[in-house]
Amino acid sequence: MLREFQIHQPDTVEAASTLLAEYGLEAAPYAGGTELLLIMKEGLVQYRHLVDLKTIPGLNDLGLEGEALVIGPLATHRQLERSTLLRQHLPVLAELEAGIANARVRAAGTLGGNLCFAEPHSDPATFLMAWGASLVLGSAAGRRELPVEDFFLDVLQTAREPEEILTAVRLPLRPTTVRCSYQRFRLHERPTATVAAVLELQDGVIASARLALGGVSPVPRRASEAEAVLRDQPLDEEVFAAAAAEAGRAADPVSDIYGSAEYKRHLVAVLTRRALEAAVDHPAGEIV
Amino acid sequence: MLRGADERMRIPIRLSVNGQNVETLIEPRELLLDFLRDRLGLLGAKRSCDMQVCGTCTVLVGGVPVSACCTLAYEARDQEITTVEGLGGDGKLHALQRAFVAHAAVQCGFCTPGMLLSIVALLEQNPHPDREELRRYLSGNLCRCTGYWNILEAVEAAMRESEAEAG
Repeated sequence: MLREFQIHQPDTVEAASTLLAEYGLEAAPYAGGTELLLIMKEGLVQYRHLVDLKTIPGLNDLGLEGEALVIGPLATHRQLERSTLLRQHLPVLAELEAGIANARVRAAGTLGGNLCFAEPHSDPATFLMAWGASLVLGSAAGRRELPVEDFFLDVLQTAREPEEILTAVRLPLRPTTVRCSYQRFRLHERPTATVAAVLELQDGVIASARLALGGVSPVPRRASEAEAVLRDQPLDEEVFAAAAAEAGRAADPVSDIYGSAEYKRHLVAVLTRRALEAAVDHPAGEIV
Repeated sequence: MLRGADERMRIPIRLSVNGQNVETLIEPRELLLDFLRDRLGLLGAKRSCDMQVCGTCTVLVGGVPVSACCTLAYEARDQEITTVEGLGGDGKLHALQRAFVAHAAVQCGFCTPGMLLSIVALLEQNPHPDREELRRYLSGNLCRCTGYWNILEAVEAAMRESEAEAG
């Protein structure tokens, strides 16, 4: 049985932010509840006030704004896996969403909840980091935008202030010379290790590469050492193998119930090679 | 939102459960699974893992499968809920239930309500899943008797039957 709490139903971001500021540590924003209710049931946290963000209209919309795809953070994984707009512009992300946990979690869980909870094995966090997405945070005081890379601080900790609410996930649209892939290895609900690769190609050469590793360390992180191996190199098996080995060396994994550090290091190298090979054949706007 | 004499918050909600209208007061902390089992006496949905992994507590909210163990009853307001008791009707089994019986897809039966509802929801959105899709989808429902093979056979038989009926 959950301990007693109140539910608040704000209808604007400002009202929600004001409630969070008023109740401070006793309050939590509430979206799908797939992570929050679990830890509340376990008694690991106790909130006397849940601020239901689902009562704020429009926070789950998807749309194009200029040169960016903007996803409302209250969009559920189910909504994203079925979105024709996402399938058209970023099918790799739509497929990623379709592979999260199970159908019931996808029906309730939201993209924003997933990101703000900052569980180290989050699928979308890793891809969004490689893609160069940014997050918009709003409060009664105003709004700010920050790159996904600056958002995750530690296990279950983000740069979001207690009274701030994630109001948008912005994904810049990329030309077809940009290729991407997301690779995961999982035996349980959450993946053991994941790798996202985004390559920009010019005349058969890798002009730039962004690699992000997930599940292996407390927060998803870029594999900048492996990115450097790829830069200005041809699309070549040996180049990919060298980058994969470098990603494994630089992974800095921690052991957890999903696998030992050594095992994860091996997985990272294998997944990196697969991600690079898969990315080459797939422009961002094509189905992998 | 109302307050009782004991100052606990109570929320009036209306919902439909297996086609029956329900109007009641709930506490925010009430879980949908407890609401269905303890207050409505619907015992088909089971509590097992209690963390959205095993699927035995699966019910449909607006036709979409959710884990009732980790869903607040509050989320059922103004929704149509279907539990295993709501499949079939007029004393008859649902076609999928008949196929489960015919193919011995039930062993201890603990996972069966969740399996049935998950499959009903899948077939609603995708009437012709291939075996790989079925396997991937049902990976979210655990059967500790490990009777997966017969379950897949039963689903495919039910799909064939409904195609034959559709002509």
